[in-house]
Amino acid sequence: MADENLVDKTATDIGEPTVSEPGMPQLDFTTWDNQIFWLVMALIATYFILSRVALPRIGGVLAERQGTISNDIAAAEDLKAKAVDAEAAYDKALVDARSEAGRIVAEAKAEIQADLNVAIAKADEEIAAKSAESEKAIAEIRAGALESVKEVAKDTAKEIVAAMGGKADAKTVNAAVTARMKG
Amino acid sequence: MAGDAKGGDELVFKPMDQFKVEPFFGSGDVAWYTISNATVWMALAVLCIFALLVLGSSKRSIVPSRIQSIAELAYGFIHKMVEDICGKEGLKYFPYIMTLFMFIVFSNFLGLIPTAFTPTSHIAVTVIMAMAVFLTVTILGFVKHGAGFLSVFWISSAPLALRPILALIEVISYFVRPVSHSIRLAGNMMAGHAVIKVFAAFAPLVLISTGIGLVVTPLSIIAITAIYALEVLVSFIQAYVFTILTCVYLKDALHPHH
Repeated sequence: MADENLVDKTATDIGEPTVSEPGMPQLDFTTWDNQIFWLVMALIATYFILSRVALPRIGGVLAERQGTISNDIAAAEDLKAKAVDAEAAYDKALVDARSEAGRIVAEAKAEIQADLNVAIAKADEEIAAKSAESEKAIAEIRAGALESVKEVAKDTAKEIVAAMGGKADAKTVNAAVTARMKG
Repeated sequence: MAGDAKGGDELVFKPMDQFKVEPFFGSGDVAWYTISNATVWMALAVLCIFALLVLGSSKRSIVPSRIQSIAELAYGFIHKMVEDICGKEGLKYFPYIMTLFMFIVFSNFLGLIPTAFTPTSHIAVTVIMAMAVFLTVTILGFVKHGAGFLSVFWISSAPLALRPILALIEVISYFVRPVSHSIRLAGNMMAGHAVIKVFAAFAPLVLISTGIGLVVTPLSIIAITAIYALEVLVSFIQAYVFTILTCVYLKDALHPHH
């Protein structure tokens, strides 16, 4: 209090009633020892807090996070490689399956074609046999028919000659009919 | 407020009173052991550092909480600065540089609280820190390189004729370093706070003279706001500058050859 009064008095003497004591408190060297002492205490305290606890811990957390991130990235790359492998395997399996299917289809086609060829050949053979048989039968029938016509013609000619009142010589008539039919 | 008019009819300008070091409890002289306002605000800075870096990181989460993110950001910021400027071997001194940065940045920001005391606005504080850096760097340079540390003054890339002159300039600038290093921080912090206080002294003018006060009072309040925003920036930038200069000086000690 006494100091304040003194200061006020001095200030009044100087003629600046409302301005505090002149000069900067920074240059009041009587307070330097106090500030320096407590500053050193504060800095030492801060240093120990930082170097013993805070910085190792934060550094550890950062390193751990970095490790986790790189591990995760490595794992992700691993999984990606696996996925690519799986896709390649799948594609290969697909291609294999396609070629296998193609092969099976071709085989089946060839088998069917072979079977078909055999069946066609057999059928052709049968048809040929049947038609040969038929031709033979037709030829027989035709031959039979020709014979019968000759018989009928001879008999008819004899009957006609007899009916006309002639005396039919069987041999002559027959010869005449044969000659005519050869006609 | 410094602007509280004692007589009620005039403005009071006491922009420097906020820098007075006084006993925190009671009154009287300030001895070296006294718990002063400087002590309290330094202790608060240490507590804030503890809260941010120790309590904030106590969970050691892989996915960090907000406060742990800030702690990691501060760690990464200074760690990268030290590594970029001093190289890998500089990382041994990372805790010291981190100590300086955290203490300065918290002192600066806590000092922005109205009625707070700013330890870093005092030359006593900044000179001790700057001298600590200067002595550490100089001793470290000689311990690591012996007389070879003197090559920091001998610019081998300059023409031979110029080298003695440059060496003289280098020596002078080397010894000016702790001065500029400390005055820069204290001066910036002091100037900003003093300017805010000056504008604050104009703010109650409307109570005294309504006519001109209607113009001056809003203007001074706007000015306080603007200067305060600037001071927030300065608080960080000056802590950053102090730290990066420390790194640069440390680099000289570790690699004196240009």
